[in-house]
Amino acid sequence: MIYFDNAATSWPKPPGMAQAMVRFIDEVGANPGRSGHRLAVESGRIVYAAREAVAALFNAPDPLRVAFGANGTEALNLALRGLLHPGDHVITSSMEHNSVMRPLRALEQQGVEVTAVACSPEGRLDPAALEAALRPNTALIVLNHASNVVGTLLPVAEVGRIALQRGLLLLVDAAQTGGAYPIDMQADGIDLLAFTGHKSLYGPMGTGGLIVGARVDAARLEPLKRGGTGSRSEREEQPNFLPDMCESGTPNAVGLAGLEAGVRWVLERGVAAIRAHEQALTQRLIDGLRQVPGVTVYGGLDAVQQTATVSFNVAGREPSEVGLWLDEECGIMCRVGLHCAPAAHRTIGTFPTGTVRFGLGAFNTVEEVDVAVEAVRRLAQEGP
Amino acid sequence: MSDGRYAVVLFHSTSHALRAERVLLAEHVLCKLIPVPRHLSSDCGVCVRVEAASREAVLRALDGAGVEIEGIHSL
Repeated sequence: MIYFDNAATSWPKPPGMAQAMVRFIDEVGANPGRSGHRLAVESGRIVYAAREAVAALFNAPDPLRVAFGANGTEALNLALRGLLHPGDHVITSSMEHNSVMRPLRALEQQGVEVTAVACSPEGRLDPAALEAALRPNTALIVLNHASNVVGTLLPVAEVGRIALQRGLLLLVDAAQTGGAYPIDMQADGIDLLAFTGHKSLYGPMGTGGLIVGARVDAARLEPLKRGGTGSRSEREEQPNFLPDMCESGTPNAVGLAGLEAGVRWVLERGVAAIRAHEQALTQRLIDGLRQVPGVTVYGGLDAVQQTATVSFNVAGREPSEVGLWLDEECGIMCRVGLHCAPAAHRTIGTFPTGTVRFGLGAFNTVEEVDVAVEAVRRLAQEGP
Repeated sequence: MSDGRYAVVLFHSTSHALRAERVLLAEHVLCKLIPVPRHLSSDCGVCVRVEAASREAVLRALDGAGVEIEGIHSL
């Protein structure tokens, strides 16, 4: 069995991740940040430790500017809907996931101007093209750090410099890179970082969040939901400080216990080591697939400039057919279709058919890559 | 309870109190997270109880770490 669907959700998880969640349920269990008894305090400590781990991984300015939520999508909705107003202009790329495009299209209906800067067929974004799209009312730039379809990295640090010079905010969707590629919010000029816990942070589903950089006035951020926070309980108005203002309701503390363990594993192993491992596997996979007659590999074909996500097609076969065959005949699990990113597929020329996507992770091996390439070769040559 | 042996530091939120606990423990200042005394605030969260004698050291440590406090009260 070969799991190549890490771009959707990483699996397996590192040792200790599940145990941290079990320990939370069995031994802690209480509501964090509410009551003051020992178990509630311990629960709060675990959630706070998760904030510290995430802040350390991304060089966030302050653990208290990490606002946890259910996933990357919720964090992106919080940032986009919380900061953009009718009359504002927002710039994005033509490689985005629907977690960015759908909130933007909804905001467009409410009077927000949206520009999606065209990327190359490899998924590359030219910062000059983005700069040319700036308008006097541009308020925000939102980019995925890497495409969930072809893995191509976008030049966020260069765009961060443009945003700083122009006094704009930069929101980065780090769903595909967080934990797998170095991210330094402060050095890269990232004002808002949306992350998800269940991919390369090696935590469980149902965890994620938005890190709000020092240049963002938190009071300007409109929360998605309002309610109890355990703070300022005498008031019926929502608190206006982070993280409480964005975290109403009992959080997924059991999930955050797992997230903390996952991120600690990433920190201990080191993002650089994980990246080196994945980069080597990715280049081997790209090179192997390209040598198979009838296979088209998409993206820049250079592992240095992409994540461990590789999209391809086999001539004459639907992606769904390839995916089913790989699963049933070879035990290789991948994702096929449009990957919730129609804009990206239009950009690389694979809309509406989609692609077969192999998403590698830290636990994949050279042997697995070689077995998968051989499987694709068999399918392309002989067929089922 | 009100013998002046302790002081409590109040914060904007539990997250701030938890951060303060980290800072104080790193500085080897004895402290304990306790429910916010009702007469000081209606918050349902926690505050940090310290020994009254360490009041100045506590304020210095929290200020040095940039932890904003809501107030400090004798208990």
